[in-house]
Amino acid sequence: MLKDEIIISLKNVNKWYGTFQALCNINLNIKRGERVVIAGPSGSGKSTMIRCINCLEEHQSGSILVNGTEVSNDIKAIEKVRRDVGMVFQQFNLFPHLTVLENLTLAPICVKHISKSEATDIAMKYLERVKIHEQAEKYPNQLSGGQQQRVAIARSLCMYPNIMLFDEPTSALDPEMIKEVLDVMIELAKEGMTMVCVTHEMGFARTVANKVVFMVSGQIVEINTPDELFNNPKEERTQQFLNQIIRH
Amino acid sequence: MAKTFLPHSITISILLKESIGWARQHLFSSFGNSILTITVFSILWFFVPQLVNWSLIKATWVNNPIACQVNGGACWGLITDKYRLILFGIYPYEEQWRPFVAILLFIAIMLIVANPRFWKLWLSSLLALTLAIIATLMWGGIANLPFVSTDRWGGLPLTLILSVTGIVLSFPLAILLALGRRSKLPIIRTFCIIYIELWRGVPLISVLFMSSIMFPLLMPEGITIDKLLRAQLGIILFTAAYLAEIVRGGLQSIPRGQHEAADAIGLTYWQKMRLVILPQALRLIIPPLVGQFITTFKDTSFVIIIGLYDLLSSTRVALSDPQWQRFYIEGYLVTALIYFVFSYVMSQYSQYLERRLDINMYSK
Repeated sequence: MLKDEIIISLKNVNKWYGTFQALCNINLNIKRGERVVIAGPSGSGKSTMIRCINCLEEHQSGSILVNGTEVSNDIKAIEKVRRDVGMVFQQFNLFPHLTVLENLTLAPICVKHISKSEATDIAMKYLERVKIHEQAEKYPNQLSGGQQQRVAIARSLCMYPNIMLFDEPTSALDPEMIKEVLDVMIELAKEGMTMVCVTHEMGFARTVANKVVFMVSGQIVEINTPDELFNNPKEERTQQFLNQIIRH
Repeated sequence: MAKTFLPHSITISILLKESIGWARQHLFSSFGNSILTITVFSILWFFVPQLVNWSLIKATWVNNPIACQVNGGACWGLITDKYRLILFGIYPYEEQWRPFVAILLFIAIMLIVANPRFWKLWLSSLLALTLAIIATLMWGGIANLPFVSTDRWGGLPLTLILSVTGIVLSFPLAILLALGRRSKLPIIRTFCIIYIELWRGVPLISVLFMSSIMFPLLMPEGITIDKLLRAQLGIILFTAAYLAEIVRGGLQSIPRGQHEAADAIGLTYWQKMRLVILPQALRLIIPPLVGQFITTFKDTSFVIIIGLYDLLSSTRVALSDPQWQRFYIEGYLVTALIYFVFSYVMSQYSQYLERRLDINMYSK
């Protein structure tokens, strides 16, 4: 495994919703093991960009390579990419009709065809890591938001992904629950997981990110280390955005 | 404890006070409610005694139409005389144990299917097997069972065959149609829309009519398909169109995030539908679904127009006997009661199911 191997590469990616251009000429390379935080005002295309990476959204031009696979309409390619990439959503999106444990074992059993007992072992291991193994038999709606989001992270990890995408994972949480989710994410970062996070948690960005990508209106404005970007932003728009967040 | 030692007069006065309090609270809580209560009670006062008088006190229970005319009340002798004709139609008299066993099998399999604990893959095999056994039993022609053509099937078993087979086979078809209508592939989507709108655009009666009159004209000469089979097919295809729209309603109410989460963990389209979307969508649509089942059950009585003897038609046949002709009210009342029992059980079951599945999904 090469340390500097590029695992995600976006080249000249464009996306339109009708006549509205959501992504303009996105170029971004992410190396294996890198932690990248995507920041920017709402509607700037942050979520759209990471949703293009695992093909929840289709891009119309340019190319996206994920762990050597070109993201396209081809079903085989999409399956391969989605096996490599885990995703955590703002609204958790756990399956309410299944227990916590069933939420975790569903994909390993159906997609990877491993036995139920093995899948249960893996699931319990990850539930312990996110400190929620006592709730394995409960239904998602019986848990708090923070617990649900930790279950969602564990659900993705059960597929042994190479890359984890986080789409505003703490934005739907009550303030007192944000920390428990961020702690799990910091833990994951320490283990060397490749992470791409859309988030407004600038403290988290400072602690774990190798680089911060700043986006405005579908364009990448600035890419830099968190220290550089937060302390000496090169672009005026970055400065404006940072002023707005920091004032709060 | 203390109450048992009270003198009777005191116990009665306490009871009286409690019941007056109850009545004031539940029946006379406002001026409007008082008027409503009085109106309802006067209507009951007027009709109930007459009904009891007709159906019980003045009724004749023996199998004798002359006695009925003398007594002037309900003539239940009709039922004791004709119940086998009503229940089994013109199925050969000495072979009627076969449709009787068929009814029992139907009730047994429905009780099993109704229990969520048994909702496993083997259940569909058991269901298919039971329907096959019922068909064999009714048809005969093997072992020592004489062959009975479908022209002679009738009564309750026919109603159950048409409705249960109709519901069981139209349901999977409806799910495919509903999924197809939401498909991204234009050919599949257009086909499903045309199918659903066409079938929903015609009344069931004309579907049955077409199946019995038009369809044979379109078939090549020499090939005939059983009339019952044609009617059954018509009911299945017709019901599927209605069910499909109900299922589509359920599918639409599942948030997009559920689709995305299933996609993101790598489930294929069919896995996503089978394991994530449909289980949630179907429990949301239990009330309209069961409503459609009840409608289908009752609508099978339309087969009267193509000369099949379902429960309602066989009642009519029973009433064509000149000596019982004038007692059609009694005949139809009993038939209505049978329809009611089945429909009411389905309706209650729907409520039970809703509660039970809801507890599973949202228990706090």
